[in-house]
Amino acid sequence: MLDDKDRIFTNLYGWESPGLKEAKARGDWDNTKALLAKGREWIIDEVKKSDLRGRGGAGFPTGMKWSFMPKESKDGRPSYLVINADESEPGTCKDRDIIRHDPHKIVEGALLASFAMGAHASYIYIRGEFYHEALALQKAIDEAYDAGLIGKNACGSGWDFDLYLHRGAGAYICGEETALLNSLEGKKGMPRNKPPFPAGAGLYACPTTVNNIETIAVVPAILRRGGDWFASIGNEKNRGTKVFCISGHVNNPCNVEEAMSIPLKELVEKHAGGVRGGWDNLLAIIPGGSSTRVLPKDICETVLMDFDSLRAVNSSLGTAAVIVMDKSTDIIYAIARLARFYWHESCGQCTPCREGTGWMYRIMQRMVRGEANIEEIDMLLDIGHEIEGHTICAHGDASAWPIQGLINHFRPEMEKRILEYRKQVAA
Amino acid sequence: MPKLTIDGMEVTVEPGTSIIQAAEQLGIEIPRFCYHDKLSVPANCRMCLVEVEKSPKPVASCAMPCGEDMKVHTQSPLAKKARKGVIEMLLINHPLDCPICDQGGECDLQDQTVAFGFDRSRYREAKRAVKDKELGPLVKTVMTRCIHCTRCVRFGEEIAGVEEMGVLNRGEHLEIGTYVSQMVTSEMSGNLVDICPVGALTSKPYAFTARPWELRKVESVDVLDAVGSNIRIDVRGGEVLRILPRLHEDVNEEWISDKTRFAVDGLRSQRLDTPYARVDGQLQPVEWGEAFAAIAEAVDKTDGKKIGAVVGDLADCESIVALKDLMTALGSKNIECRQDGAEFDVSEPAGYLFNTTISGIEQADAILLVGTNPRHEAALINARIRKTWLANRIKIGVIGPHVGLNYPVKYLGAGAETLEELASGKGAFADVLKNAKNPMIILGAGALRRADGMAIHALARKVAEKYKMVRDDWNGFNLLHTAASRVGALMLGFTGGNLEGILAANVLYLLGADEIPVEKISKDTFVIYQGHHGDKAAARADVILPGSAYTEKNATYVNNEGRVQQAKQAVFPPGDAREDWKILRALSEVVGHKLPYDDIAAVRARLASVNPAFGAIDTVKPAAWKEFGKEGKCDKAQFVLPVANFYMTDPISRASKTMAECTEAFANSGQKTKTGTHG
Repeated sequence: MLDDKDRIFTNLYGWESPGLKEAKARGDWDNTKALLAKGREWIIDEVKKSDLRGRGGAGFPTGMKWSFMPKESKDGRPSYLVINADESEPGTCKDRDIIRHDPHKIVEGALLASFAMGAHASYIYIRGEFYHEALALQKAIDEAYDAGLIGKNACGSGWDFDLYLHRGAGAYICGEETALLNSLEGKKGMPRNKPPFPAGAGLYACPTTVNNIETIAVVPAILRRGGDWFASIGNEKNRGTKVFCISGHVNNPCNVEEAMSIPLKELVEKHAGGVRGGWDNLLAIIPGGSSTRVLPKDICETVLMDFDSLRAVNSSLGTAAVIVMDKSTDIIYAIARLARFYWHESCGQCTPCREGTGWMYRIMQRMVRGEANIEEIDMLLDIGHEIEGHTICAHGDASAWPIQGLINHFRPEMEKRILEYRKQVAA
Repeated sequence: MPKLTIDGMEVTVEPGTSIIQAAEQLGIEIPRFCYHDKLSVPANCRMCLVEVEKSPKPVASCAMPCGEDMKVHTQSPLAKKARKGVIEMLLINHPLDCPICDQGGECDLQDQTVAFGFDRSRYREAKRAVKDKELGPLVKTVMTRCIHCTRCVRFGEEIAGVEEMGVLNRGEHLEIGTYVSQMVTSEMSGNLVDICPVGALTSKPYAFTARPWELRKVESVDVLDAVGSNIRIDVRGGEVLRILPRLHEDVNEEWISDKTRFAVDGLRSQRLDTPYARVDGQLQPVEWGEAFAAIAEAVDKTDGKKIGAVVGDLADCESIVALKDLMTALGSKNIECRQDGAEFDVSEPAGYLFNTTISGIEQADAILLVGTNPRHEAALINARIRKTWLANRIKIGVIGPHVGLNYPVKYLGAGAETLEELASGKGAFADVLKNAKNPMIILGAGALRRADGMAIHALARKVAEKYKMVRDDWNGFNLLHTAASRVGALMLGFTGGNLEGILAANVLYLLGADEIPVEKISKDTFVIYQGHHGDKAAARADVILPGSAYTEKNATYVNNEGRVQQAKQAVFPPGDAREDWKILRALSEVVGHKLPYDDIAAVRARLASVNPAFGAIDTVKPAAWKEFGKEGKCDKAQFVLPVANFYMTDPISRASKTMAECTEAFANSGQKTKTGTHG
C-alpha cells in the first residue's frame, strides 16, 4: 500500500481549496524556476529515469515520447504540447477529480513539459461535458497567468509559455490523439492515418506531443522528488503511483491514488470497501475502463494492477478504471451495453468499425435474449477479428475486446441463455 | 530511393511513394475503393490492407510510404483475410440491388467482391437505408448504395473547388450529403459519376439506358470547347449513348466538363439529315444533286471576289482546308474563322496559341486573367489553374468582370485601362508579376471581341515582355479560345477577310457557322449552310448541306495549345448526311474546280503540306516569339465575357435537353420563378 508521504495528488478528494494559495501550500509551484533552470535535457532524463508510462491507456513510455520531438526547429515550425483531458472512457473519472481539485499540478506540469519539448504554446482539450471542470481549470490557468507563473517570462525563467483551454463537443473518439488534433483544428473529429506521427506532423502539421492529463500532472512531483523516487514505487517497468477509479458493485466506489502493481483484490477490498455481498459474491471485473477485456473472479484473485501483469492475462490496464460486477449482474447485457456504446461512438470513417460495431451490437442484443444460434458465438468472435487491427485508430480494437473477453470467459453463460430461449420458444 | 520487395519482387521507388503505387509499378494490383491517384489519401476503406513483415497489424498500402528493406505480401493469408473482412463489412449495409443498378458491370464493389469476397452473407440483421439526395439534373443518387469512400467529397474539395458535399453524422449514421440541401454547382460535377466506385452516384440522363457490356467504345476527342479533352464515346447500335473521359495527363487528366459529357443527347435532336433548298421562298428537302445544282447556279453567276466563307466553331481541319482550297479556286479571299468578330493579330502562332501549355500551368507562380472566365470557357484549364493554386497558393489577378472562380483572385480592374497601367509598371499586381519566377497571362475572347482587339493584343504582348513572361525555357503568353476549330483554322490560314464584308457577299458559304450575327447577312445574299444541326444560320440558308457531327467522322482538331488530335468515327451520320470534307469535294466537282484529293489520307497530306504541324499528332511544338499586334488606342469600355451560359455555347449543346435542364437549374437559377404551368 502507498505511503501517505508518497502521494502526489494530496487534494484528490477536494478537502482543501484548489486555489493557487492552497496549491502552493501543498507544494505546487515551489521554485519552478529552479527546475526550468536545470534545462530541457535534465527534465527529459529525469522523466525517462522515472519510467513513467503514459496514463491515457496505451502506456507508452513518456520520456521516450518526449525525446521524439525535434530539439530545435529547422524549418520554422513551432512545437506544441497538447494535453488530452477528453476523459470519456466509461468507468473512468480520474482526470475529472484532478482537474477539479488539483488543477495547478496540471498547469505547472504543462509548463515543465512544454519547456522540455521546446513548445511555447500548449493546448488542453477538455471534454465538453466537463463544464464545471473547464471552469475550474480555466480559473487555475488565470491564477497562474496573474501570478506570472505562466505567460511571458514564465516563473521568471525567461521562457514564454501560453496555455489554452479548448472544450470539446462531446465525442468519445476525440480522445484519440489524432482525432483530438483534428477537432482542435476545427475539423471533424476523425482520427488521422499514421504515419505521419504527431511528433513529426501533428497540430497544424507541426511537431506535437499529446499527453494524458494525469501524465502531465505527475511531472512536477517527479522532477522535485527525482525520477528515482518515482521509479522506486511499483514493479519493474510499471513504476510510480496511479489514480485508480473503482466503480460498480462495491460498497465504497472511489478514486484512489495507489502504487502501481497493487493486487486487484487488495485495491477493491481496502479502498472500495469490498465487493457488495463479500468477495465471494464477485462475478467479474473490468480492470481498465470499458474497452479492456473482462476478468472472471479466479483471475481477479491474484492479478496485479499494472500494464504488463494485465497484458499477461489478456486484458489491459487502460485507464485503470476498475468496474466491479457482482453475481447479480447480467454479464451478457452488460457487455451488450458496452457494444452499443462503441457502435454509437464510432466516427465512421473506416469500413470495419463503421459497419462492424453495429453488426456486433445487434448480435449482442439477440444474445442477451438468447435469440441466436450457438455458432453465432464463434461468428461474433470472427467479426471481432475482422475489425480488430484493421482500422485507422484503436476504436475498432476497443469495440472488439469487451466481446472477446465475454466469449473467452463466459461462453457457457451465453450458450445457456440460447438453450433457455429455445426451450421457451418451444414451450 | 528505398528498395523493397513486394510479393518477392524487388522494386526501387522514389522516396515518399506509397506501397500501392510501388505495387502498381510492378504490375501488382492491390484492390482499393477510397484511394484515387488524383485525390488525397484518407485510407478509410481499408480494402488495400497488406501484410508488411515486422508490422503486427496489416497496413493500409495507400497511406504507407515505402521504407528501405520493407517486405510486403499482398497475397498472404493475413492480407487475404483482412480484405475478405472489409468486403463483408462493406456489403452488410449495401442493398445488393445490382440488377437494377446502373453501375452494374462497371462497379468496383461488384468486381472486387467477386475477386476477394465471400460468396454468401452472414448478416442476418436489418440493413440501413439512406435517403437520396438531390444533386441537380446531372447526378443521380442512390445513397443506400454508398460505401462512404469519400471520393466525391474529396473531388469536390480538391478538383472542382466546390465544398458543397461533405460527410454528415458519425459511425453507422454516416452520410454523404450537402448539409443544407443544394445542388452541386460545378461545371465538373459529372466526374462524380466516374469516381464513385459504386452505384451511389450515377448519371441521371443516362439512367437505365444501357449496360456497359452492350457498348462499343471509341476513343476520340471533344470539340465543345477548345481544350481538346480526350474522350471515350460509348455507342450501341447507331447511337451515341454517353461520353466518358479518357486519361491524358497533359490535357484533361482524367476529367471532362459537364458539357462535354452530357450534351451528347443534343446529337440526337435538331439534326439535318437531308439536303434542303429554298423553293418558292420555302426550304424544301431535295436530292444532293439538286442542292449542288442550285449552288452551282448561284456561284456561276457570281464573281469570285463576291463569294465569302465563314467557318464555325465545330468544324474539323479536313473540311476547313477543303473549303479554303475551294474558295481559293473560286478566286475568293473573303474567308474568316473568327465568326465571333474577335480582332487579333494572326500572323504569328505565338500570338494566338496557349503557349504555356495546359500542363505547363503547374509551373506558373502568378497568373493574370484578362477578359476571361476560364471556368466557363475552358473548364479543364480552370481545373489546372485550381490544381496549381491548391499546390502552391499562387497569386492570381483578374482584369474583367467579377466572376465566381473556384480559387481566390484579386480583381484589378474591368477593362483595358488596367492592362495599360500594368504595362507601364503600375498597379498592385505589378509587384506580384515582377517577383514571380514563371508569370503567365491568359488573354480571353472577352478582351479581343471588340474593335480595339488588335491594340489590346499588342498591349498584352507588351505586358508579357515587360514582366519577362517569355524566355527560352518559359512562355507565359496565352490566348484562350473557346472554339475547337479556331486554332486549326488559324494554322491553315482560314482568315484574312473582314467579317462584316464577308456577310455582305453575294454568295456566302457557312461551314457550321452559327454564332455569326445572322441578321447582318444582306437580304440578297445566297447563303449555303453546311452543318449538322438546324440552328440559327440554317434557317437563313438558301441551300442546306447536311454534314456530320464530331462523333460521326474521322477528323482532325487542334486545341488551344496547338496540339493536333484526331477524332474517330463512332457512328454514321444520320440519313443522307455525309462527312464534311467529302461534301466539299463533291461540290467542287459540280462548280468546276475539282479538289485534288479522293480519300482522307490525301486530305491529311494536304493538311500537312499547308502547315507541317499537322504531321505530328498529339505533340506541342513551342512557337517562336516574334512581334505581333498593332499598338493603338484602347477603348475604355469594360470587357464582356464571351460565354454567358456555359451549358449552351454551340449547336450541339443548344439542342440538348440535358443542357436545357442545366441552364434552367444553374445558369438561370433564381432569375425565373416557376409558374403553375411548369412541369
